[in-house]
Amino acid sequence: MTQDRDHLGRPVIAVTGMGVVTSLGAGIGENWAALTAGKSGIHSITRFPIDHLKTTIAGTVDFLDASSAGMGPLTYELGATAAREAIAQSGISGDFGGPLFLAAPPIELTWENRLAVYRKGQGAGYERLMAAARTTNNRDVFDTMQFGYVAERLADQFGIRGIPITTSTACASGATAIQLGVESIRRGETDRALIVGADGSANAESMIRFSLLSALSTQNDPPQKASKPFSRDRDGFVLAEGGAALVLESLASARARGAKILGIVRGCGEKADDFHRTRSKPDGSPAIAAIRAALADGGVDESAVSYVNAHGTSTPENDKMEHLSLSTVFGERMARIPISSNKSMVGHTLSAAGAVEAVFSLLTMQNGTLPPTINYDNPDPAIELDVVPNIKRDADVSMVLSNSFGFGGQNACLVMAREPG
Amino acid sequence: MNAHDVVITGIGLVSCLGEGVDAHWQAFSAPQLPPPVNTGAFPPYPVHMAPAMDLNLQIPKRGDQRQMEAWQRLGVYTAGLALDDAGIKTDEAMCASMDMIVAAAGGERDIQVDEVIMAGADAAADFGVFLNERLTNDLRPTLFLAQLSNLLAGNISIVHKVTGSSRTMMGEEGAGVSALATAAARLRSGQSSHMLIGAALHSEAPDKLLIYETGQELHQGPWQPVWSRSGAGGGLIAGTGSAFLVLETREHAEARGRKPYAAIEKVVADRARRTDGGLRDGLVALAGDAGLDAPHLVISGASGMHEITDAEQDALSAHALRAYGSLTGHLREAQLLFGVAIAALTIANGESLPPISEGERIYSGSPERVAATSVSTTRGEGIAVLTKA
Repeated sequence: MTQDRDHLGRPVIAVTGMGVVTSLGAGIGENWAALTAGKSGIHSITRFPIDHLKTTIAGTVDFLDASSAGMGPLTYELGATAAREAIAQSGISGDFGGPLFLAAPPIELTWENRLAVYRKGQGAGYERLMAAARTTNNRDVFDTMQFGYVAERLADQFGIRGIPITTSTACASGATAIQLGVESIRRGETDRALIVGADGSANAESMIRFSLLSALSTQNDPPQKASKPFSRDRDGFVLAEGGAALVLESLASARARGAKILGIVRGCGEKADDFHRTRSKPDGSPAIAAIRAALADGGVDESAVSYVNAHGTSTPENDKMEHLSLSTVFGERMARIPISSNKSMVGHTLSAAGAVEAVFSLLTMQNGTLPPTINYDNPDPAIELDVVPNIKRDADVSMVLSNSFGFGGQNACLVMAREPG
Repeated sequence: MNAHDVVITGIGLVSCLGEGVDAHWQAFSAPQLPPPVNTGAFPPYPVHMAPAMDLNLQIPKRGDQRQMEAWQRLGVYTAGLALDDAGIKTDEAMCASMDMIVAAAGGERDIQVDEVIMAGADAAADFGVFLNERLTNDLRPTLFLAQLSNLLAGNISIVHKVTGSSRTMMGEEGAGVSALATAAARLRSGQSSHMLIGAALHSEAPDKLLIYETGQELHQGPWQPVWSRSGAGGGLIAGTGSAFLVLETREHAEARGRKPYAAIEKVVADRARRTDGGLRDGLVALAGDAGLDAPHLVISGASGMHEITDAEQDALSAHALRAYGSLTGHLREAQLLFGVAIAALTIANGESLPPISEGERIYSGSPERVAATSVSTTRGEGIAVLTKA
């Protein structure tokens, strides 16, 4: 039997449950089938009018009860749906009995709710809003404006211990939530942690904000061809929604209760960038440092990694920087290490992305199948990578690097393994 | 004494009382009532506004200042005060390896754009189309970056070069509790050697006040101390303020010859069911976990929210409470961190604090173990216990 402790004497972290929801469907089964078939979940937006918008496509999740209920309720339902699947798979029944680490978008008053309160008042502007708030009951609206509310609902539903932690490191949030859970188990504070990444924030205002920063693809027709990571004609990411959950457990605890081990989180690495609010340092040094930190934390060197789950957003900037960073760390071998971007199919699920892609990374190892990077018809000659173009590939993968990079200089990387030790 | 004890070596504070350690120590040593409070800007709500600050002192580049709005500027400024106070600010290597946790909500909205949209909503043939048109044409492209929760931390990285790691926690008062608890746990376990943690709250904006008042949390009318707001119209008074702390392991602080203000003995937190007296019982249990058996000086983050503040007062009635919110207003994400800063100053100065308002007990002698509380207006409670370093 392999050791329950890692190279630094810390508990080995096992994954014993996984769940996922994206525009491709609900559940591991639907998602994995679509992902390996090279199917895109990106479509024309129907949730709100698209007049005046430069980008009219997204990977919204439109099939849940809360899909039209606003960012708070939808984020909750995405998270709860994934968490239910993950906990069921883990075999844990009753109260979960460990902490929750949630990656979720910053919460705001929706326009629908703002107008609902406004219409109850008289006068104009914020004075009218304030007067209406002062004199009428809006408790339901209040709850949806609280940043701690989604986590509290999840905590109540699943029997979470203590104050749940909600984290935002922009597009790296999902990876950060995993790292928080890993660290907590390593400190011996708990034997298990529930990780949830959820983002249901694809509303008009959010689209327009990203659009004004020129971050989104405007290749609206056909929608499923817009997200084309590592292609020469890539022009931005496609906004999307999703949820993913992982049950993390000390390997010793998982074994003691006879749980099936789905994979191992070997190492986590992070490094902040001080260059610019949206752009990376030109030499890629923070991303390079984050990758190296994850490898060092996992006690492995570059040669152990046999597949990279790319951040791969399909923005001109990210894909170039990610290539530079990986080439620096892995050297000439990088041209031969398969790397694919799930975002070519599900779009960019923002706060959820790190968790969604961790689940897909683990499925990649479990199934021995690399999901493709679709829409790779026009390779960027400056990015020499084996992106598993357009069609899935069978491969024996024992260790994955998953990258997550975000606005605000956020870089978080995870190294996951198929087997303990 | 242990090499991995968690000690506080830097404090940055901004509130209506002023900025920095000295101004706040003076204000708490001899509380003046009423404190600085603005009753004219957002009637009928009093608000504790920011003091005058020379932003150039901590954010030298005008370009950086322009990229932020008030909330981020306040936080970046206060983070700079804490780094200065810890003697780390100009140590590039120390900042580059420093871990950071910021507790945050979001930034300010464009009030004018919102008001135009609200005014035109009912006349619009299709509100969704109208909304797209107005937002597309009227929003400043970079405003988004001043609103994103993690961009306070992002701006601290840019301005102060703190780049070891950067994590942002969200969830009102509980985010501040979790930031402190997580930072202390990481230091104690050897997962980090030195950290910057903090939060900022800009309250002098109608969209920020609306968040509270949608839950009818705001106090109306003349200023009252926290413990006297149980009547009609009572509640919390919003404050603009910020607290940042530099935490280190004892060995890290000693190696660079820094004398700490205090040590963090423990941080306990939970989320009580608040029905049927559950909050009071939860706080009694939490105080037990914190080891508050004998009467302590307790720097209380009580907000003034009726039953919640009453429950805290009741649960901690054996202790000498100092509700600093009476002086600064409610600081939400910064609530616990601000209280911890005041507790640390009390220990470092070896002096007790006089009562802030009527009903607070006298605590005589030199406090060697001081607690700080954070009881959220909605969910989550935390107590930090500080001792002599």
